[in-house]
Amino acid sequence: MIDFDRVTFRYAERTILDDVSLDVPEGEFCLLVGTTGAGKSTLLRCVNGLVPHFTGGTMTGEITVAGRSVRSSSPADLADAVGYVAQDPLAGFVTDDVELELAYTAEQLGLRQAAMRKRVTEIVDLLGLSDVRGRALAALSSGQRQRVAIGAALVAGPAALVLDEPTSALDPGAADEVLSALHRLVHDLGVTVLLAEHRLERVVQYADSALLLQGGKVTAGSLGEVLGDSPVAPPVVRLGELAGWAGPPVTIRQARRTASGLRERLAGRAPAAAAERTGPALLEASGVTVDYPGVRAVDGIDLTAARGERIAVMGRNGSGKSSLLWALQGTGRRSAGSVSIEGGDPAALKPGRRRSLAGLVPAEPADLLYAETVAGECEGADRDGDAPAGTCAKILADLVDGIDDRTHPRDLSEGQRLALALAVTLTAAPPLLLLDEPTRGLDYPGKDALAARLRKLAEAGHCVIVSTHDVEFVAEFASRVALLSDGQVVADGPARGIVSASPMFAPQVEKILPGWLTVDEVAAALGGADDGAE
Amino acid sequence: MKTAVSRAAHHGAHPVAWWGWALLLATAASRTANPWLLLLVVAVSGLVVTWCRGDEPWSGAYRVFLLIGAAAIAVRMVFYVVFGGADGATVLFELPSVQLPEWAAGFRLGGAVSAEGALAAAYDGLRLATLLVCVGAANALASPRRLLRSVPAALYEVSVAVVVALSVAPQLVESVARIRRARALRGNVSRSPANLMRTVVVPVLHDALDRSLALAAAMASRGYGRASDIPAAARRATSAFLLTGMLGLCAGAYALLGSATPAPVAWSLLACGAGAAVFGIAFASRRVPRTRYRADVFGGRDWAVLLSGAAAVAGTVLSGIAEPGTLWPATSPLAVPPLPLYAACGVLIAAAPALLAPNTSTKAGPR
Repeated sequence: MIDFDRVTFRYAERTILDDVSLDVPEGEFCLLVGTTGAGKSTLLRCVNGLVPHFTGGTMTGEITVAGRSVRSSSPADLADAVGYVAQDPLAGFVTDDVELELAYTAEQLGLRQAAMRKRVTEIVDLLGLSDVRGRALAALSSGQRQRVAIGAALVAGPAALVLDEPTSALDPGAADEVLSALHRLVHDLGVTVLLAEHRLERVVQYADSALLLQGGKVTAGSLGEVLGDSPVAPPVVRLGELAGWAGPPVTIRQARRTASGLRERLAGRAPAAAAERTGPALLEASGVTVDYPGVRAVDGIDLTAARGERIAVMGRNGSGKSSLLWALQGTGRRSAGSVSIEGGDPAALKPGRRRSLAGLVPAEPADLLYAETVAGECEGADRDGDAPAGTCAKILADLVDGIDDRTHPRDLSEGQRLALALAVTLTAAPPLLLLDEPTRGLDYPGKDALAARLRKLAEAGHCVIVSTHDVEFVAEFASRVALLSDGQVVADGPARGIVSASPMFAPQVEKILPGWLTVDEVAAALGGADDGAE
Repeated sequence: MKTAVSRAAHHGAHPVAWWGWALLLATAASRTANPWLLLLVVAVSGLVVTWCRGDEPWSGAYRVFLLIGAAAIAVRMVFYVVFGGADGATVLFELPSVQLPEWAAGFRLGGAVSAEGALAAAYDGLRLATLLVCVGAANALASPRRLLRSVPAALYEVSVAVVVALSVAPQLVESVARIRRARALRGNVSRSPANLMRTVVVPVLHDALDRSLALAAAMASRGYGRASDIPAAARRATSAFLLTGMLGLCAGAYALLGSATPAPVAWSLLACGAGAAVFGIAFASRRVPRTRYRADVFGGRDWAVLLSGAAAVAGTVLSGIAEPGTLWPATSPLAVPPLPLYAACGVLIAAAPALLAPNTSTKAGPR
């Protein structure tokens, strides 16, 4: 259905796709895997001709979709053959109303009104959007928006659907909504789906096959084969490799069936409890409330934290995580309640003093960066924070190495840009460090590196608070979890206790081996066991 | 069909009906200088706006136009005091006066300020303010998006551009707020223009550019700008008609306003221009391959809204015949102006949309 024949794509001097041949058969749900910056988005955009029609670059080879040559048509001409769903649905909406958005492609194709109504109604029913049919797009939840974007791409009845990270920005519940809708499309309509995603643990169970893009080359195969060799793999695959399971299993269900042996080996052991050394109390917040017109985002939250703690604030999208972080830092709105960091209220201070008490890395780290080069950014941060020259550059070098000083901050990879924003924030040496959704756009190695960095900062005496709905990252990083719902804390305690008790927020390893959170914990315990046996 | 009806009820009257109603009300206001009548028009438009407007971003436009109207009255008064106008017997105060020389058009600056002149200027300013308020009411009541959906298919590209611009504006506001908050996180509170340029304007523009590229890619992959099978000759003919029509309209309007051209020539120029433009649009619309998902139907209620506006105009016409002098009350000698009854009744009828098409939408939706 989607056919690449010896496709090579070069942008300036960089080869992004190198002699790629692949064939996604009809009705297949195919997963595209690769590290950040491997060129997954480029490959996806080749399918409907956005690359190179829209981006420029040099392409050789032949791509056909449903028998139509992509080379000789524009993306608009292919709208009835390929549906393309970009990462941020809001950025691609043309109208402001659910029904009109769904009908947009059909209007462009010149469908008759009666046919259009029928088609829109079918899509609404298929994707479970009947409750929100007459609503404005701005009033939808993030999962509903993503489903509208998928529906809008489907209205023209394309044979193939291409999705670029459809669930990266979604909480686990909303991601399930979207993925089960996709599952239904593949099974009921026979649509061919090609999907790229960083959070593999969410999508693997729905996919039939996988493609690995690495160094411009594509390897195709079954999920187990491809993920076993991939530098990015969900925890369940890494656990399988560790335990030497054949396959390896890619879903929780498969892994549980083969896990009895491993469970026996681990019987009587417990995860090595890291000695939690928490320092003196740092943050005391009580009754923090944030009101926006018509909404109470944060509803009287009490939170105390000490130096050395690693806290994850979890909850669904819109549960008030970001608002809480901004209110704690003092720059965001706080309608009621009190916050005290080392005895001072950050909201009462000037921004310059405030950031030396609490530093916040926003969800869009690029917002903190203005300079043309990394070196310029570091010098600016030293000036802003009245720090000795070279402070920021030194912090950055500690966090991540191999960044070229002359690079433009926007040209860095997601992980590097986050590290730069973190270095800029740390230049003011705040004891309290807050990060808003830092894992968006990071692959597994990137997330591991971030968790390690943050753990090191906590050991150095910072208190680190992260808002996230990335379950696997929380398992790697957090010592304590606060669960938010509708602006209130519904649970607060040690990470292990909270996530293992929650069906939605439990990491994959926990689901296979109750009581264990990460592959590294299991590896350490097994390593210890083997040493003991010898 | 049921959805269409319930949606219409939810969305209020047709935007064309609202514009028609507001322009008819403005016509009625332009036919009089009677302050009672003008204030009544303002009151009626205010009533209808409060009852019928939705909760969209443009719904606040009415208040802005009220302020502009008040400013218009103030400016008119200042002009009267400085440049003079109608004279009268009751002199309020005397300003030092300067007679400008002949080459400066011989204006008189300052001089006597009379109560009669001031009153006439106030009536005049009020009339202008009322016209502005009527336009404001139309802006607050009619959704620009729905109005654009009613434009002929040939103007589709233009309407898409406007719709996109309308959705970009709120995003831009949101992006400025986000970037300013991030700037506070850096401890940057400098207000120097160079610093603001670098730390606010450039990132916001960067954001806007990224967003427009994303939107363009999304529109392209959803079929916008598909190759259509309109022959090139037909496309060129349409453009030629539209261009000629516009030129004709401009020339006709110019000739009509100037006094050098005889009226019949001016009118025929205008008519030819309008004809060419209408033909061009109609010709092009027939060949457009796109379709509309749901055309806004101009229903009975919309006609009723239009008729209520027409009643206001009819009232002023009746008053002009039956009660001459009440529409343009004399200011010299000073007197309390009479209320023209027919016109007042007409304007009151124009308040009917408050009952015909009240806003029933609720602010709903999960967050």
